[in-house]
Amino acid sequence: MKTTGTRRRAGSAISDKAIILEHVSKAYTAGVPALNDVTLHINKGEFVFIVGDSGSGKSTLIKLLLRELLPTSGRVIVNGTDVVRLRRRQIPKFRRSLGVVFQDFRLLKDRNVYENVAFAQRIIQMPNREIRRNVPSILSTVGLAGKYKARPKQLSGGEQQRVALARALVNKPQILLADEPTGNLDPKNSWDIMNLLEKINNNGTTVLVVTHNREIVNAMQKRVITMKKGIIVSDEEKGGYIDED
Amino acid sequence: MRINTLFYCIWQGIRNIFKNKWFTLASVATISACLFLFGLFYSILTNFQHMVKNAEQGLCVSALLDAGMSDERVAEIRGTLMRRTEVSEVEYVSAADTWAQFAEENNFGDISIFTENPLEDCAHFDIYLSDVSMQPALVSYLESVEGVRKVNQSFLTAQALTGVNAIIGYVSIGIIIILFLVSIFLISNTVSIGISVRKEEIQIMKYIGATDFFTRAPFVIEGMVIGLIGSFLPLIGVYFIYNEAMMYVAKRFPSLSQLLAFLPVETVFTNLIPVCIGLGVGIGFIGSFTTVRKHLSV
Ligand SMILES: Nc1ncnc2c1ncn2[C@@H]1O[C@H](COP(=O)(O)OP(=O)(O)OP(=O)(O)O)[C@@H](O)[C@H]1O
Ligand SMILES: [Mg+2]
Repeated sequence: MKTTGTRRRAGSAISDKAIILEHVSKAYTAGVPALNDVTLHINKGEFVFIVGDSGSGKSTLIKLLLRELLPTSGRVIVNGTDVVRLRRRQIPKFRRSLGVVFQDFRLLKDRNVYENVAFAQRIIQMPNREIRRNVPSILSTVGLAGKYKARPKQLSGGEQQRVALARALVNKPQILLADEPTGNLDPKNSWDIMNLLEKINNNGTTVLVVTHNREIVNAMQKRVITMKKGIIVSDEEKGGYIDED
Repeated sequence: MRINTLFYCIWQGIRNIFKNKWFTLASVATISACLFLFGLFYSILTNFQHMVKNAEQGLCVSALLDAGMSDERVAEIRGTLMRRTEVSEVEYVSAADTWAQFAEENNFGDISIFTENPLEDCAHFDIYLSDVSMQPALVSYLESVEGVRKVNQSFLTAQALTGVNAIIGYVSIGIIIILFLVSIFLISNTVSIGISVRKEEIQIMKYIGATDFFTRAPFVIEGMVIGLIGSFLPLIGVYFIYNEAMMYVAKRFPSLSQLLAFLPVETVFTNLIPVCIGLGVGIGFIGSFTTVRKHLSV
């Protein structure tokens, strides 16, 4: 599980990498694999978009990084941790080094905004004193300082996603994974979220965003990885959204 | 673990109880129903055993002695009887005492008007047994003792009582197994209906990196509190029913009060309370622990 000094590519040690996938395949059932021999390196501090058709394997990729799924073959290394070799009881600690955001927000519906964000801190057994300092601070970063008492139901989609983002960030993860974070949002809110993600990236966090939002991808000029039927078909610095039709 | 975290888990567990009112109600009702049956059954069983034991202890063999036996000979027979292991007590009742007892039991009033003892030849031993199953052996021994004129056994034979005891044993094992299976079945059903609602909550917690312990603790605490509440209700119910039943029997069947000697409610409850609470909390713990476990593998 420890990272060795092995050189993967000339001049780039494992320790520079946030994410390494080596010949990763994942088949849910016998037959067409959802991921087919994917190799991918993402450096620390990078901002990466993953785009592609529905069913091309983007969410599968995210789930492998979260160790929600195990690959059928290949190596997955996240923050220097060989995910495949993690023991079950090591998984929670591993996940705390990652922040995750989903299209459907996944907030705890019976708790208010403050408690939803504080929850991530309680998991890592942060003292109450610290929680009372950290949560308001991160809420104001995402622009929700005034809404800390509201329940998820009482918030707009954009606001809910910002709560989810605050929860993902409050423990200061090294990597932020976002699976279609703007999938349920209007253009204005989508831009707000993307700008927040960029701001987070500027502070040093590696950000990986799965999205279908062509306009944003084209405008932001980041690294773009395009997937199709479980294969990476293009990987460009300052790339754009590749049109299918 | 921080004390902070522990309080948080307990608080969440208690909050869940109020949050999921219907689930709580259904679970409490299930546990209560099972423990109520258990409590009733337990009360009946312990009383039955108590009565059988009473009957056993009251069981005595009378050995009528030859008239005019010397005090030395009486003491000698008494001594040999006392040395037998199945004998717990030997009581000598002289002819005069037998007559006095008889007169009193039959309301003869003042017996000093009788100049002669009509039961002159009725001096006897009342022999109490520590083990009723040994009664036949004792009887045949007594019949061989010189100076013993006749041996009387109680109408409730030893065999009958031993048989009753065995039947009670089998029946209680049977009923306990049935109750246990029924309650496990009902609880796991109730819990899995309740848990499907919270599957998402468990998943979210796991995504953020909550340990199994942290995810499970509130559910387990919730289950245990539900079990605790679920054990109080039947205890209260059984307490009232027990008292009512005792009063009813005493009023309706006063003649049976000797035979149906109920245990005082306190005696039954000193055991029933801890057993009932233990079972309730235990069922709640096992029920929630195992059901949450199914959803933890995210
Ligand atoms: N749990 C599962 N069991 C079986 N097959 C699955 C499962 N999850 C996904 N798949 C299949 O794997 C393939 C890739 O799915 P995935 O969810 O990764 O696609 P995606 O790129 O995220 O699509 P979308 O843009 O619609 O979210 C699809 O063909 C899908 O049907
Ligand atoms: Mg997807």
